[in-house]
Amino acid sequence: METTDKIAISDRRKFLALMAQSGGFMALGGMVWTGYLEEAKSAPLVLRPPAAVLEKDFMRLCIKCGQCVVACPYHTLSLAKPGDTKPLGTPFFIPREVPCHMCTDIPCVPVCPTGALDEKSVSKITEGVFELDITKARMGLAVVDVQSCIAFWGIQCDACYRACPIMDSAIKLEYRRNERTGKHAYLTPIVNSLTCTGCGLCERACVTEKAAIHVLPLEIAAGNIGSHYIKGWEQGDEQRLEKASGDVTTHTKRSEKSATDYLNSNEEMFK
Amino acid sequence: MREWIRSHRFMMARRFTQLSILGLFVAANSYGFRLLSGDLSASLVMKKLPLADPFALLQMLVTGAIVGIDVLMGAALILLFYMVVGGRAFCSWVCPLNMVTDAANGTRRVLLLDKTVEKKVWMSRNVRYWVLALSLILSFMTGVAAFEMVSPIGILNRGIIFGIGMSAAPILCIYLFDLFAVKNGWCGHICPLGGFYSLVGRLSLVRIKHDHTKCTLCMKCKEICPEKQVLGIISKKSGAIASGECTNCGRCVEVCESDALSFGVRNYINTNVGEKE
Repeated sequence: METTDKIAISDRRKFLALMAQSGGFMALGGMVWTGYLEEAKSAPLVLRPPAAVLEKDFMRLCIKCGQCVVACPYHTLSLAKPGDTKPLGTPFFIPREVPCHMCTDIPCVPVCPTGALDEKSVSKITEGVFELDITKARMGLAVVDVQSCIAFWGIQCDACYRACPIMDSAIKLEYRRNERTGKHAYLTPIVNSLTCTGCGLCERACVTEKAAIHVLPLEIAAGNIGSHYIKGWEQGDEQRLEKASGDVTTHTKRSEKSATDYLNSNEEMFK
Repeated sequence: MREWIRSHRFMMARRFTQLSILGLFVAANSYGFRLLSGDLSASLVMKKLPLADPFALLQMLVTGAIVGIDVLMGAALILLFYMVVGGRAFCSWVCPLNMVTDAANGTRRVLLLDKTVEKKVWMSRNVRYWVLALSLILSFMTGVAAFEMVSPIGILNRGIIFGIGMSAAPILCIYLFDLFAVKNGWCGHICPLGGFYSLVGRLSLVRIKHDHTKCTLCMKCKEICPEKQVLGIISKKSGAIASGECTNCGRCVEVCESDALSFGVRNYINTNVGEKE
């Protein structure tokens, strides 16, 4: 006790104590606040306006001004409010309610002041003229649940096929003989992930109670082949591997030895 | 009646600017009248001139975002504007949440809460600067503009323009906090946007000016002021209210019966007046 009494409580000490006290409050506040931010930014099931950059960058760039919402003539887009369970203030759409109608002049994209909607990703240059091309948009990917799609039952329905703005490309009908009746055909919808924009017109058009075809964000719906497989029959597919970064081999305990070593060693065999 | 108008003239003018800005935003979204479209975070005037919230932009830059030129230009314009007219003029003349917290203050007066609450919660007015620092730190750490993700100003603003829904709940919470917990709690203590604009407006030209020879020491100005710590010079010396925390709301000017307070331009040229702070 004696020693502490002797220490003078200087102004510097008081100042540092005040800073430390504030730091203590900041730690508590920051904990709660970060908890919300981390949860909110990783909300996965959000469909963004056309030309939105990758979700991670979108969350950085979107200033929540709603100019895309104002520009949309179909009232497709809305800004997330409390209760929408999406990152607050960011634009999204629910295709079953109002899908994206894929306007050719894309009014929602050029108005974005920050670049969260990237005009370049939905434009092309034809004969030196810069023009917008909504078919380059990738808002999501339509996925068919074959169990609840009546076309897979054999009932004729091509609602999604006809609703699709890129008809016969983004959704194709596959013809297959119906063995049950022996004289009919299945006309089943197959989505092409290369051309599907994720506009959701198919989901809106689907006749089942809950849509059998629904749009999911690309990050969830799309797969990724990686660099283990190439199409040997397709010229140029091999070039894909040139972009593959670094080591593409899968490493296991066994693969540490070379194949010849492994095959010729008795110990390994009789283990 | 005439007396009432005189003592509420700036308040009515403030409600007018607050409501007309909101009205223009609503008109752009709901009726396609695009004089001012977007919301307070970023907007477009007459389909040409971009405006943007400099604090929102600052948070975005801290996350490492490389933003478009429009938003940079818009934020620079707004920043310059408030550097001249007083940073926190935003708070009292534009921010929609000001109407909510003013309403809470009005209710406080009606319920005589200033006198009846015995254990007042003391909170430092500097909390806003710590929240400001924290929002920048968290923006850097999480990669999203931290305050923009929780801002009740944004929630109310977007709620009015794009549909209110459950946005009313957080706004009600702010109202209750200001009404029962801490007087001027949100706007006067916590809001980091207010803190940001306090710093922006430190050297602004448009200021409240005081003439201490006319002051009768009635202290009505200090009673009504939402940031009373800025009124330190009242009755002591003449000059401009120098603190950036003054919101230029003009309530003190309205309630002063002896014309000791008025709006004016800060005198940077004659240094003898002592208005440089």
